[in-house]
Amino acid sequence: MGERMLLRGNEVIAEAAIRAGCQCYFAYPITPQAELLEHMAKNMPRLGRTFIQAESEIAAISMVYGAASVGVRTMTSSSSPGISLKQEGISYLAGSNLPAVIVNIVRGGPGLGDIAPAQSDYFQATKGGGHGDYHMIVLAPSTVPEAGELTMLAFDLADQYRTPVMILADGMLGQMMEPVELPEPIDVASLPAKEWATTGAKGRDPNVILSFDLDPEVLKRMNLALQKRYCQIEAKEVRYEEAATGDADILIAAYGTVARISKSVVRMARAEGIKLGLFRPITLWPFPYQPLKELADRVKTVLTVEMSAGQMWEDVRLGVAERANTPFYGEMGGVVPTPRRILSEVRKHAS
Amino acid sequence: MTEGWMEVFMPKGMLIIDKERCKGCGLCIVACPHPVLAFSGELNRSGYNVVHMERPEACVGCGFCALTCPDVAIEVYRARVPA
Amino acid sequence: MPVSTEKMVKVFGRPGSLTEARFTYCPGCHHGILTRIIAQTIDELGIVERTVGVAPVGCAVFAYLWYRCDAIQASHGRASAVATGVKRANPNLIVFAYQGDGDFASIGTAESIHAANRGENITVIFVNNQVYGMTGGEMAPTSLVGQKTTTTPDGRDPALFGYPIRFSEMIAQLDAPVYVTRQALYDTKRIMDATKAIKKAFTNQLEGKGYSLVEVLATCPTNWRMKPTEANKHVAEVVTKVFPLGDLIDRG
Repeated sequence: MGERMLLRGNEVIAEAAIRAGCQCYFAYPITPQAELLEHMAKNMPRLGRTFIQAESEIAAISMVYGAASVGVRTMTSSSSPGISLKQEGISYLAGSNLPAVIVNIVRGGPGLGDIAPAQSDYFQATKGGGHGDYHMIVLAPSTVPEAGELTMLAFDLADQYRTPVMILADGMLGQMMEPVELPEPIDVASLPAKEWATTGAKGRDPNVILSFDLDPEVLKRMNLALQKRYCQIEAKEVRYEEAATGDADILIAAYGTVARISKSVVRMARAEGIKLGLFRPITLWPFPYQPLKELADRVKTVLTVEMSAGQMWEDVRLGVAERANTPFYGEMGGVVPTPRRILSEVRKHAS
Repeated sequence: MTEGWMEVFMPKGMLIIDKERCKGCGLCIVACPHPVLAFSGELNRSGYNVVHMERPEACVGCGFCALTCPDVAIEVYRARVPA
Repeated sequence: MPVSTEKMVKVFGRPGSLTEARFTYCPGCHHGILTRIIAQTIDELGIVERTVGVAPVGCAVFAYLWYRCDAIQASHGRASAVATGVKRANPNLIVFAYQGDGDFASIGTAESIHAANRGENITVIFVNNQVYGMTGGEMAPTSLVGQKTTTTPDGRDPALFGYPIRFSEMIAQLDAPVYVTRQALYDTKRIMDATKAIKKAFTNQLEGKGYSLVEVLATCPTNWRMKPTEANKHVAEVVTKVFPLGDLIDRG
C-alpha cells in the first residue's frame, strides 16, 4: 500500500489511472474536472508518458481511439457537455472492441447548465448516448477512495472485455478532498499482450481495427459477438452495496454522492425508529436488477433519490416492478439534496 | 559489323495486362507515348471494355501506362534487342 | 513481333505491400494511383512491418483492404487525431493518415490543423478532388466556384457558400510542419513528382523530422461527370489554377 495522501476526487482518479499504467491521456479542459487534467499534465511527461491537451473533446476521444488500437492503456476525462461530444467516438470504441477509460465528472445540464454537481447523465451513460447497440461498463464511485479503486478496476475491466468503461462521478466528488491510500503502481509489462493490436505486422497477418462492414450478415455477426460479451459482463461484473437492509421496511436507492449522503439519512431515520436501508448500485451498467428484486420482495417502498429528473429511477422501477412502491425524490440544476430534506421524503413514504 | 560503327540496341517492351482488374478507364492509352494500347472491345466479368496491346511491336517498355493505371493492372517487361 | 517475357526484365510490377484485393474505386479514379504510390514507397523504405495506416470515412474507407500493414478505420474527420494517438502511443510505428476533402478539410478541420500545429511526427495524405465522392457528389470546401454538385446544382455561388479553401496554404502558415506540398497525378510527370513527394513525406517521419502533408489533386470522373481522360485534363488546365502545384514548405 502506498502512503496516505489528502486528495481531491479529480486528483485521485488521475493518480489511480497513472498507477494502473495509463500510458496516454488526452483531454480538453472543462469545469469541474480541471484538476484531473492538471494532475496528468504535471505527472505524465515526467514519467515518459503521453499527455496532450487536445483541441476538443472530439479530438481527445479520437486520440484515445488511436492509442487504444496500439494496445496501450489510455484515458480521457470530461464533464457532461464534453461527454456529449464524445458519443460518436465512444460508439466507435465499442464497435471496434477497444479498451479505454472515459471519466465523466457530471455537472448540471442540459445545455451549458452550470458547474455544480448532477446525476443527469445516467441515461447517456447506461442507455447508449452514442449510436448503435452497445454498452459501456459504468462504474459509480461515492467516495474519493472508491473513485481511485474503481478507476484502477476500470482499466482491468476494459482490457479484459475489450470495451470502453466509464467512471461516472459528479462535480462534488471531483472537488471534495479525503484521505486516500492508493496501491503501488502496477507493472505494465506484466499485463497480457494484446494480440489484436496494431503494433506493426511483423511475423503475423495485419491487424485491422474497425467497426464496419457493408454486408448486413457480417455486421449482424459483429453485433452478436458484442451482445454475447455484454451478457458475460452482466453475469459476472455486477457490483452494488447494501446498508442496513436486513430488517428494512423502506429502502433508498441511490448512487454516487447521493448514496453517500443517504448513509447519514439511514442513521437519522433509524434514530427515529424508521427501518430505513440503502441500496447502492456501483455498476450502473450492468445494473444490479437481481439483488434489487430480492430486496424489493422484503420491503414496502424503494425510494429513488437522484440529482436528476428521474433517470436511474426507471431502472429501479424496472427491477422492482410490482413488488414495492417506487416513489422518487430528485433535485435538478446542480442542487444537492441535504440529509434533512431526504429524511422528510423518507418520512412521507414510511408507513 | 563494319569497323567504326556502334552497335545499337532498341528497348523492347512487353505488357501483361490483368483483364479482370482493368476497368477500361483509358488513362493508359493516353499515357502511352507510342500507339501501343487501345480498347479491345472485349468485356471482362465486370462488364468493362478492357485494354490490350493493339500494336505490341511499338512498345518500348517505358512503363508510363503502368504508372498511371489506377488498378495496378499492368506489369511491364523490358529487353534490349538489336536495332 | 511479340517476345516472350521469359528473357525480359520486369521493370514494373505490383508492389509487395499491396494485397491482392481489387480496388473498389471507380474507373479512372486517382485514389488507385495514389494507393499504388504509397505501397511502392512502403516497399522501398522497407517499413511494411512498422506501418499503420489510418483510413478515413469516404471513398477510401476501404483503404485497410489494400495494404499488407496494420490499419485503423477512423471516425469521419478524425484520422489526423487518431494518427496522433497511434504515434504517441508507439513512436516506432510509421503512421500515415489518408483523408479526402470532407474528412480532412471540412469535418476534420480542427484535427487536421492541430496535428500539424503540434508538429506530430506523422505523414498526412490529403486527397483533394473538390467533391464528396462516397455520398454521391456533394460540394466540398474545395469545390470550385461555379462547380455543379448535388448540393450546388446551379454551381457553387461564393455569395452563399464561399470560395474553395486552400488548406495546404493555411497549414504552411504554421511554425511546426516540416513539409507541405501540393501534387497531382494527371500525367506521367506529375505522377513521378508526386512519387518523390510521398517518399519525402514518409522519409521525414522515418528520420523523426516532424509533420508532413501531401495534398494531391485527384479526379472524380463519376461525380465530375467526365471521362477519366477528360477529368485528367480538367485538373491540368483548370484545377491547378486554383490550387497551384509545388512545395509550400520544405524544412527537411
